[in-house]
Amino acid sequence: MDWGSVLIDGILATIGPLTAAYAISAIGLNLQFGYAGLLNFGHVAFMLVGAYGAAITVDLGGPLWLGVIVGILVAALLGLLLGLPTLRLRADYLAITTIAAAEVIRLLVRSSWAQPITNSVFGIQGFADSFFDLNPFPASQLYGIGSLVVTGRKLWVMLVGWALVVLMTLLIRRLIKSPWGRVLKAIREDEDATIALGKNVFAYKLQALMIGGAIAGIAGILLAIEQQNVTPDAYLPKITFILYVIVILGGAGTILGPVVGAVVFQFLFFTIDALMVNAQANIGWVGDLLTPAAAGQVKLVLVGVGMMVLMIFRPQGILGNKEEALIDER
Amino acid sequence: MMPLASFATGESIGGTLIQRLGDEKLPVEGVIITVSQDGNEIGSGDSGADGKWEIPVPGAGIYQVSLDTSTLPEGVALTDPDKEALSDVKVRDGQSKKVIFPLGEGVVSTVSMYQRVGALFIAGLKLGAIIALSAVGLSLVFGVTGLVNFAHAEMVTLGAIAAYFFHASALGPRWPLVIAIVPAVLVGAGFGWIQERSLWRPLRNRHTGLVAMMVVSIGLSFALRNLFLIIFGGEPRAYPDFAGQPPIEILGISMVPKQLLTIAISLIVLAGVGIFLQKSRAGTAMRAVSDDADLAESSGINVNRIILITWTLAGGLAALGGTFFGLNEAVQWDMGFKLLLLIFAAVVLGGLGTAYGAMVGGFIVGVAVEMSTLIFPNELKTAVGLALLIVILLAKPQGLLGTKERIG
Amino acid sequence: MNADHPMTGVAPEPGVRKPDPVLIADGLQRSFGGLHAVDIDHLEVQRHTVTSLIGPNGAGKTTLFNLLTGFDKPDAGEWHLDGGALVGIAAFRVARRGMVRTFQLTRSLARLTVMDNMLVAAKNNAGEGLWGSLTGGWHATERANEQRASELLDRFGLDHMADEYAGSLSGGQRKLLEMARALMMDPEVVMLDEPMAGVNPVLTQSLLSHITGLRDGGKTVVFVEHDMDIVQEISDWVIVMAQGRVIAEGPPDIIAKNPDVIDAYLGAHHGEAAE
Ligand SMILES: Nc1ncnc2c1ncn2[C@@H]1O[C@H](COP(=O)(O)OP(=O)(O)OP(=O)(O)O)[C@@H](O)[C@H]1O
Ligand SMILES: [Mg+2]
Repeated sequence: MDWGSVLIDGILATIGPLTAAYAISAIGLNLQFGYAGLLNFGHVAFMLVGAYGAAITVDLGGPLWLGVIVGILVAALLGLLLGLPTLRLRADYLAITTIAAAEVIRLLVRSSWAQPITNSVFGIQGFADSFFDLNPFPASQLYGIGSLVVTGRKLWVMLVGWALVVLMTLLIRRLIKSPWGRVLKAIREDEDATIALGKNVFAYKLQALMIGGAIAGIAGILLAIEQQNVTPDAYLPKITFILYVIVILGGAGTILGPVVGAVVFQFLFFTIDALMVNAQANIGWVGDLLTPAAAGQVKLVLVGVGMMVLMIFRPQGILGNKEEALIDER
Repeated sequence: MMPLASFATGESIGGTLIQRLGDEKLPVEGVIITVSQDGNEIGSGDSGADGKWEIPVPGAGIYQVSLDTSTLPEGVALTDPDKEALSDVKVRDGQSKKVIFPLGEGVVSTVSMYQRVGALFIAGLKLGAIIALSAVGLSLVFGVTGLVNFAHAEMVTLGAIAAYFFHASALGPRWPLVIAIVPAVLVGAGFGWIQERSLWRPLRNRHTGLVAMMVVSIGLSFALRNLFLIIFGGEPRAYPDFAGQPPIEILGISMVPKQLLTIAISLIVLAGVGIFLQKSRAGTAMRAVSDDADLAESSGINVNRIILITWTLAGGLAALGGTFFGLNEAVQWDMGFKLLLLIFAAVVLGGLGTAYGAMVGGFIVGVAVEMSTLIFPNELKTAVGLALLIVILLAKPQGLLGTKERIG
Repeated sequence: MNADHPMTGVAPEPGVRKPDPVLIADGLQRSFGGLHAVDIDHLEVQRHTVTSLIGPNGAGKTTLFNLLTGFDKPDAGEWHLDGGALVGIAAFRVARRGMVRTFQLTRSLARLTVMDNMLVAAKNNAGEGLWGSLTGGWHATERANEQRASELLDRFGLDHMADEYAGSLSGGQRKLLEMARALMMDPEVVMLDEPMAGVNPVLTQSLLSHITGLRDGGKTVVFVEHDMDIVQEISDWVIVMAQGRVIAEGPPDIIAKNPDVIDAYLGAHHGEAAE
């Protein structure tokens, strides 16, 4: 076993743009689920419409900056459209409706009907060239220390990605530490009681859904730009579930929780991955037992089990407050 | 996680539809052909005036190609009626794969609207029966515990896979399907029992909140689904019994006998569930617990026992639904999850927690989904079912038969 | 009842007009299935009084509260607060207009501190708007609200708990917090659904003095209570409901002797209650 390379692979993946994008998306989800208590199980749809909003704009001849704005606005608009009918529903109905709506959107985008706009299952590629034109680092030069190196292209995306993570965290911090954030938490605790205190609960929930959605839209755009590619089947419900694991792992309803959750999750995910690949190559019987495909599936089983174990034994996650978690919820 | 697919190479599947009449070869125009992968439709297209068709695919891999026989012109038919779908068409990198559908002289005339609607209605009832069977358990569990159990999907899949094991697996006893269903349902019921004893009851005893439990059920669903993928593999597999059953015609409508069997048995079982709820002591107690668990407890009902019975029943019903699903479509690792959203639609349509609502909702959703193909492309079937769910919630947030929560 | 009492001379009969009603309901109906939970022809609540709402379990008291405060919608009927119609007004707007309620089953915001529970109830906080929260400038209001909240908590004996999570309070303390929180909104009409249930006798006494204090401070209190001694002690007026209808109204001493009430509500306990 080559422990050094396992660790390097794990770290490289952890600091990469994918982690930044997951962290951003999780920040949006945390606003909805962690602070407002909204069970949005269609979160991946916000990433989808954000990414497609940007890609289609460029595809139709618009500049990328406009695409980014369009993507964010469309994601916020989705929050509005999804929220207006569903936010009056009970939490469990909301969960069902949002996951259904996300699937409807994905199915529509990949349908032959939408082909002229979305290019159905084939998606849209190569729309982010102008982003990489701004890259101050030579694209193929390597940066880093020792064997911990990334290309200039990746470094550029990483820098932008993590800068966005910081920006979004600061935004959420300002919102949550204000009276606005306090009302949101009150709604999470007890909607009727908050209504009785004269708060327009529906409007707050709608705002949380839209802001969280727009933030997820940013995450979707970041990923799409990184990969220069959008395809509908990258936005399966499992992404939403992974984001829930991230939020709960880090600590739902804490400001840094989603970021810590994303980093820890990705580190574990990719280290386990690197471990398995390494074991397959170096330890004979493991290679016989575990095909590369099965290894990927084993990881997903672990994600599921992790989600259960976390929720049962440490629902407050890494950063959450133990005392808070002990307070019985309804 | 988010695969970076490359389409630059332009893989596709195509061919030329030619009808052979003696020595004559005639191109056949306007026939719809659909390509899908693991049950997800990739694309469809129709043959041109020269009989040529081509459908691009996203990359190398194994695809299923099917020809919509209802779009064949009058007097044209497949020379081998069983070959309307080709289940493993392998496309290599950069390849334009050619497949052939041999066409000959057909006696079948074009399908009339009546026949099409009729056939879709039967297909809808069949799907509805499967949904209803699966949905009742979900709804009952919600009624007695308040939990929306996402892992219900995997109870459906488990039933189908268990039946496959007893029926067709090289490791299993290879019983005929009609017999294999029995242990499959028992496995499902047992799984429901074990889940309640080892997971849900302990969680309730720890006073875990309902939202937290829902998240736990999602984790369970995710883990089980991928476990099925490891064990069963990604390929869809059909039960050898009843595969390729020739259709029969009733009142001019063509249908497959196994569809009728599915509908009939489901109706009988659902009626049985209704009688159980209405007449038996356990069933009455179940309804009492649904209404008000505390009240039921204080009037001497052993609530935990009733919940255990509910889970066991739900597991068995889901397994039966799964077996029927596998019988009519194919057994696959994520079949339950694909059905889950439609099950949700049914349950919400009828009102969460009402068993009869779930039954009615199941049939409505099933028929609506199948009939929607009259207007919408086939690939949007599921989307239509889910859109129906959303529309219903807009109009009636408590579902058709549900009641509002009380405040204060 | 002394002669200058506002209710002097008001006839003790259901639906009677009051000299200065703050709350008026007409033809209010709500049924669940076949059950008429609330069916009221006419009801008025006199301003600046403590009005008790009593009735057996299931009489429709909570449902009436729900209807009046906009938490539930009636099948028919209308009602006015201070002359303004409330039909079709959302519950949160009703609260903003000055009619604030508490719940029979206490609703504390468990994972907020006691102080935050109070602050969230304050009205007109610019920082509660999305824009205001981002631009800041709400800190001065916050200081003032904290000041007021501390005073209220002090009055209710909760000041030492200000930084604890509300979820860690005892049942009785939660009742107190819920009442203090309602007052934080500076309401005109306070609707309390069984505020004394589960509160120890010593605290009950202090709660009672809070309630009369509210009236003396110019507020109107409507409260649901099952304990006849308490009702006798502090009410200016008593409304009796049974099976959704108002079956009697009047000053507490007269109500205690009303045979209809005794039949419907006091039943076997009539001897004790009439003492
Ligand atoms: N959401 C609801 N659905 C069905 N029935 C309801 C609902 N809310 C109240 N009821 C019924 O309406 C009647 C009045 O209930 P309500 O809660 O108003 O009584 P109450 O006078 O407050 O009783 P208590 O003194 O026990 O609090 C009861 O019979 C109750 O069962
Ligand atoms: Mg009540």
